[in-house]
Amino acid sequence: MNPDASTIAAGAPIDVDLTPIAEGQDIKVFWRGKPIYISNRTKKQIEEVRAVPINSLPDPATDQSRTKEGHEQWLVVIGICTHLGCIPIAHEGNYDGFFCPCHGSQYDASGRIRQGPAPLNLAVPPYQFVSDTKIQIG
Amino acid sequence: MSGPSDYKPNHPALQWFERRLPLLGLMHSSFVAYPTPRNLNYWWTFGAILSMMLGVQILTGVVLAMHYTPNADLAFRSVELIVRDVNFGWLLRNMHAAGASMFFFAVYVHMFRGLYYGSYKEPREVLWILGVIIYLLMMATGFMGYVLPWGQMSFWGATVITNLFSAFPYVGDSIVTLLWGGYSVGNPTLNRFFSLHYLLPFVIAGVVVLHVWALHVAGQNNPAGIDMKTDKDTVPFTPHATIKDLFGVACFMLFYAWFIFYMPNYLGDADNYIPANPGVTPAHIVPEWYYLPFYAILRSIPNKLAGVVAMFSAILVLLFLPWLDTAKTRSCKYRPLAKQFFWIFVIVCILLGYLGSQPPEGIYVIAGRILTVCYFAYFLIVLPLLSRIENPRPLPNSIADDVLAKHGGTTTAKAAAAAIALLVASGLVVGSAQNARAEEQATPPSLNWSFSGPFGTYDRGALQRGLKVYKEVCSNCHALSYIAFRNLGDAGGPGYSPAQVAAFASEYKIKDGPNDQGDMFERPGRPADYFPSPFPNEQAARAANGGAAPPDLSLITKARSYERGFPRFIFDFFTQFQEQGPDYVAAILQGFEDKPPPGVTIPDGSYYNKFFPGHAIKMPKPLSDGQVTYDDGSPATVAQYSHDVATFLMWAAEPHMEARKQLGFQVYIVLIIFAGLMYFTKKKVWADAH
Repeated sequence: MNPDASTIAAGAPIDVDLTPIAEGQDIKVFWRGKPIYISNRTKKQIEEVRAVPINSLPDPATDQSRTKEGHEQWLVVIGICTHLGCIPIAHEGNYDGFFCPCHGSQYDASGRIRQGPAPLNLAVPPYQFVSDTKIQIG
Repeated sequence: MSGPSDYKPNHPALQWFERRLPLLGLMHSSFVAYPTPRNLNYWWTFGAILSMMLGVQILTGVVLAMHYTPNADLAFRSVELIVRDVNFGWLLRNMHAAGASMFFFAVYVHMFRGLYYGSYKEPREVLWILGVIIYLLMMATGFMGYVLPWGQMSFWGATVITNLFSAFPYVGDSIVTLLWGGYSVGNPTLNRFFSLHYLLPFVIAGVVVLHVWALHVAGQNNPAGIDMKTDKDTVPFTPHATIKDLFGVACFMLFYAWFIFYMPNYLGDADNYIPANPGVTPAHIVPEWYYLPFYAILRSIPNKLAGVVAMFSAILVLLFLPWLDTAKTRSCKYRPLAKQFFWIFVIVCILLGYLGSQPPEGIYVIAGRILTVCYFAYFLIVLPLLSRIENPRPLPNSIADDVLAKHGGTTTAKAAAAAIALLVASGLVVGSAQNARAEEQATPPSLNWSFSGPFGTYDRGALQRGLKVYKEVCSNCHALSYIAFRNLGDAGGPGYSPAQVAAFASEYKIKDGPNDQGDMFERPGRPADYFPSPFPNEQAARAANGGAAPPDLSLITKARSYERGFPRFIFDFFTQFQEQGPDYVAAILQGFEDKPPPGVTIPDGSYYNKFFPGHAIKMPKPLSDGQVTYDDGSPATVAQYSHDVATFLMWAAEPHMEARKQLGFQVYIVLIIFAGLMYFTKKKVWADAH
């Protein structure tokens, strides 16, 4: 009943070119059938999420721990609400991050849960920077 | 009660068989000679109704499975083709889909009946537990069946429900992967759900056999809740109970047929006529109505794990009911306090169901929490406490005495009336609050449609004009990919002759191939071809239209709806109002305004539409007066165009509507006659028993 070999093979890492994503924009790619949001965050967004006191968060995590050093403007998260698996909408909600239309969970521009029923932050998939303008997810 | 049978068949061949396998004797002692209490009321016919529903679901399901394709790319289309092309496929599908709702409706009546008359008490604990197991299996089967059409609500319902298991610590994620067979809900999930959806009904049938067996060992409970003592207390199952059950079944069929023939989409969700799309979540995910109370319990608890545990506990608590309620008196008829709490509990369940269908915000969340507490309090506090403090009324000496005393009923009826009045009143309050909220969004006006009501038919002229509008205007951007040219000549459609259909088809260029050289080529259309789509794929459609792909119009009048709100949706059931879709389509086409009202800003590349949710629509105003020339002298106005094209699209979504309503009328005549015959036969058979 676990995933078969072809499903696992299709879940191999993918490369994503970041050059077309302008500042303040984001794209959605699918990896393992899951939507992955890649956001090129603005200075303002980064400053905001780094200014939040960690202890005030429901699921405390620093923005630094959720992004790669030297590539602070890039946020890569799995776009699946940690409540019941809907897809949040980017650039919506009170925190300039993600808003889940199903049960009203709101995430900030670091993908951290700020308000609503979801228990955890949006998950960060395994990825690394192959070059300055290219990441490999998986 | 079903001891060794003394049944002796007359025919020597049957006697020979009976000595080797006493099958006939078993049937005879279980369903002919079996003694049933004399005082059973009509609530007891739901056992027979449920058996019938299980049979109907299995029979229609097996035939549907012969035509269904369990593949994520093909499932949605295969269901549509069942409805459109398979002989009486629309009937099979409506029977199966509405049948699921009827099955749950009947099982809820059956369970509440057991609750009211204490049918779970000694010696019927195992009988009750088997029933709860059947109910759990039904819920699993119903959920997986709802996934199979692979519409938006199927897909997202599956996502939400499978994600419930991820709440369990440590093992949660592995369980979810095991359920999915992949990294998300997808083709492997659909395949295994299809397999299990086919398997589980037979498991249910097996447990039903055990359930009936346990019933026949312990004997039936009855409204007085006292044991059968002498022959005076009983009547033989056949003919008394058989005839009464048949009358009950006939009445239930009258109710069921209303949905099959007149309101097939009343209980469904419009979003499920949109093919599954893993990239877009519907704004409001709602399960089928029969899960709503449990969904409300899930959502009213702010912690994810606790919510999931509460939801499962709400069902599992039923397993312990025989030991939670220790009162000696079975029937609530003789338990003045328990009776009142029972009706409060019924109202709590119905209100929870209503809350489950509403968005989880504001007052709904608080109400949900209060009602969740009430739900559990009934089982964990009220019932154990009542058995200690309540003074039951004296029981009749025997069932025969109960029948002769001819009482009861009136008090029950009064309680029921009070309960319903209370329910309506509270519903009106909630409904008016909701209506106040809905004012912001303009509701499409209800237009007059020739196809509404039980005898509605499509206006042929409107269909032909609507086709013309589609061909000249809509088809530049919108596909109609489920409609073949041949359908234009089908009975109940626009009414073209085969020659006209062939001529119409030949005007289109259809891509075919590959030919012997391996090249694709174009040829004139044939009646068997489907309407070609204006764009080769969704991405192209999206790119050419500013990021919003124009939806396929084949099902648009069933895939779009608007909130009717309480109490209107209850009146809709009686008036057979089904025209939200065409109302919405006609309203959208006329809802464009050049200037948005003050205070509303519309993004560049979007247009203001009064009736579009959010008001910013990517489609520019498609129709203007005089744009399409009508040959029959109908006014060439936007209002007329909208009306005609909405009529045409309603036919495209529901091509067999006329046949459906005609057959429905015939079925109703037969059922009414059958029910009448059963009623008078029952009166005659029972004349000496009352």
